[in-house]
Amino acid sequence: MTDEPRPPIDRPEQLPDEQLPDEQLPEEQLPDEQLPEEQLPARRPRGLNRGATVLIGILLAALGFGLAVQLQSNSKTDSLAGDREDDLVRILDDQNSRIERLQSELADLQSAKQKLSDSRNGTAAARSEAQRQADALAVLTGTAPAHGPGVVIQLSDPQHGLHAEDLLDVVEELRGAGAEVIQFGPVRIGTSSAFTDQADGVTLDSEAIGSPYTIKAIGDPSTLNTALNITGGVVNTVHSVGGDITIQQSQSVSITALRDNPTPKYATPVGK
Amino acid sequence: MIAAIALVIGVILGIVFRPTVPLWIEPYLPIAVVAALDAVFGGIRARLDGIFDAKVFVVSFISNVLVAALIVFMGDKLGVGGQLSTAVVVVLGIRIFGNAAAIRRHLFRA
Repeated sequence: MTDEPRPPIDRPEQLPDEQLPDEQLPEEQLPDEQLPEEQLPARRPRGLNRGATVLIGILLAALGFGLAVQLQSNSKTDSLAGDREDDLVRILDDQNSRIERLQSELADLQSAKQKLSDSRNGTAAARSEAQRQADALAVLTGTAPAHGPGVVIQLSDPQHGLHAEDLLDVVEELRGAGAEVIQFGPVRIGTSSAFTDQADGVTLDSEAIGSPYTIKAIGDPSTLNTALNITGGVVNTVHSVGGDITIQQSQSVSITALRDNPTPKYATPVGK
Repeated sequence: MIAAIALVIGVILGIVFRPTVPLWIEPYLPIAVVAALDAVFGGIRARLDGIFDAKVFVVSFISNVLVAALIVFMGDKLGVGGQLSTAVVVVLGIRIFGNAAAIRRHLFRA
């Protein structure tokens, strides 16, 4: 609207181009009409033009009003108010099927959650069971210190009359009586422990040991005591070679010597 | 110029008063707005072509709006209101595009 001076400038340039086939018809007439058109307002009765302008203004104001109203009502959240009945039915169907879908999804997720929480409880139980087994195995293999009721044996052999098998007998006797943890001198007894006769004495797990021996065992104190005092047993043997043995029962024997954790080189567990 | 001012005034009135659209007019208002926009673009093109006629503009504006609303109304009565409003919007959209292209050629010569 504000470009009134332009069309007269445009015309002469565009006509020779003939680049607008759809506009060619009006353009042929335009040069003739152009000048009269520009002069028309002057010739026309002023009142008619003003009335038309007012009418146009009213129409465009109505358009702007409608545009703004429509934009606002469209941006309201409740945009369903103006929808048609079949559209509403379709939307309702969509919502219903969406509800079903979401409900089945909810059921899936809840069962998954249930499964996960079950497995978490199972995991906790399995872990505590594994911990219990690990503790038991650590005591048995000698990788953990232990304490409990048992006996402390002082064994002296001034004449070196005890050989490896006699010392082994002591250990065997204790084991036979149910000793769970045994420390012989500075050495924790394990499944691979071995007494070996050497020229200058006895070695236990390649560590030289000598009289007097201190042997600690954890188990039922009275049972261990009885086992050692059995006729033809450890006490008799020690006395027969001129040695001396004292057995002290205790409710709290603490065994701190440790063994290295054995790492199987050839054997692998089956079933895991 | 006056028309542009009137348009702005209308928009401002619509924003200020925020009227609720009556239910019966709600399906027709967007179509009427699009039809009126078509008439306005046609008028701008005619203005640039130098063949603008106030009477033609007023008549085409009103008849555009009425015919568009009538088509949608008939469509609603016939049970194809949704499809017919789509058809009206497509046709008017094509016309608006054509007019906008002509206006663009005038203003930018491209």
